[in-house]
Amino acid sequence: MQSITLTVNGKSYTRDVEPRMLLVDFIRNALGLTGTNIACDTSQCGACTIHMDGMAVKSCTVLAVQADGADITTIEGLATNGHLHPMQQAFWDQHGLQCGYCTPGMIMAAAKLVENNPGITEAEIRHGLEGNLCRCTGYQNIVKAVAQAAAAGS
Amino acid sequence: MYPPKFDYYRANSIDEAFALMGQLGDAKLLAGGHSLIPALKLRLAAPSALIDIGRIGELKGISRNGSTATIGALTTHATVAAASDLPAALTEAAGWIGDPQVRNRGTVGGNIAHADPASDLPTVLTALGATMNMRGLNGARSVSADDFFIDLFMTALGEDEILTSVDVPVDGAGTAYAKLFNPASRYAIVGVAAKVSVSGGQCTSARVALGGLTPSAVRAPSVEAALVGKALTADNIAAAAAQVGGDLDDVMGDIHASEEYRRAMAPIYVQRAVSKAAERAG
Repeated sequence: MQSITLTVNGKSYTRDVEPRMLLVDFIRNALGLTGTNIACDTSQCGACTIHMDGMAVKSCTVLAVQADGADITTIEGLATNGHLHPMQQAFWDQHGLQCGYCTPGMIMAAAKLVENNPGITEAEIRHGLEGNLCRCTGYQNIVKAVAQAAAAGS
Repeated sequence: MYPPKFDYYRANSIDEAFALMGQLGDAKLLAGGHSLIPALKLRLAAPSALIDIGRIGELKGISRNGSTATIGALTTHATVAAASDLPAALTEAAGWIGDPQVRNRGTVGGNIAHADPASDLPTVLTALGATMNMRGLNGARSVSADDFFIDLFMTALGEDEILTSVDVPVDGAGTAYAKLFNPASRYAIVGVAAKVSVSGGQCTSARVALGGLTPSAVRAPSVEAALVGKALTADNIAAAAAQVGGDLDDVMGDIHASEEYRRAMAPIYVQRAVSKAAERAG
């Protein structure tokens, strides 16, 4: 076992973990934050996307021990003072989902995309969301939602 | 999917990493983990220990010395893609690896030490004439990209060595990368990198490399020879690209694309890469 200390959604946690434990399993099982989903488990679908030290990463392809000392935000930590993050609000307004399984990862990836490129174009949104798969439907409303959040200056 | 059990050690310097490598039997080095962790999950690798080198600062970042850019092994694809003074073939290839999340974690050194046949950087670094720098307990050595990529997942890097950086010539030649993507993984089904110099309307030097379709990245000497001395017109580029079949003697077929399909796509992507490189050569 390995002792790790990391900050998740502003709160510090110290836990003993097996070296092989994936960060996504740590977040879901050790911390009980089940908003971060596991789908493909092969770094392709993006359902497990979180922010680690300010960057969007796929938590199924990071070991919990690699995140020792990291500052992590999950979908549960995106809203502030009871107000949805503009990207969450935009997904709500534009109905950027169907079953909702990919949604937490979509929102986490899209939030960084817009933060890093405030004047983002539709083509850049589509290219930037290549790492997030939605299997329900097309991506039209997802792209509209990201564009709304970008316009709102999220 | 849990990886198999392993012991975990973190090295805070290259020397610490060597000390751990000396103590531990079949340990593997962990950088960004974006090739190794998937391989562990699939039980393609089952080392008894991982040595995490991901925090070694001296292995990170890009520096420039005259006409050589040195890219630290732990530099991420996202950093390379965003760099303003690297050859275009390299920045565009780095920007097409996986997706933004993968590029935030995956490293240049991890990528090329892993040497996946469908990877982009081995192809680009071969065309650019890059040099791999590595360190072992017995000192440092450098190997050209041409000699570094040996076979499927096989490189010149010794088990007791660490890849520390890559030297890339930045010499004003026109460079480009053209890639037929696997639509799910974004890996290359066919990837072609080209580097050309033009003087007085004629091509004075050409390096063309292919990956994705052979066990390791390969040069295309017939295409290169057919380009040098010619004006880089569409017709001349197409005629040179048509030679590529003779340079490929071991083309792979798999569930993603047959050997025939890859062979058919090769000249098209050679044409695209060389045309774009020629435009950039001015």
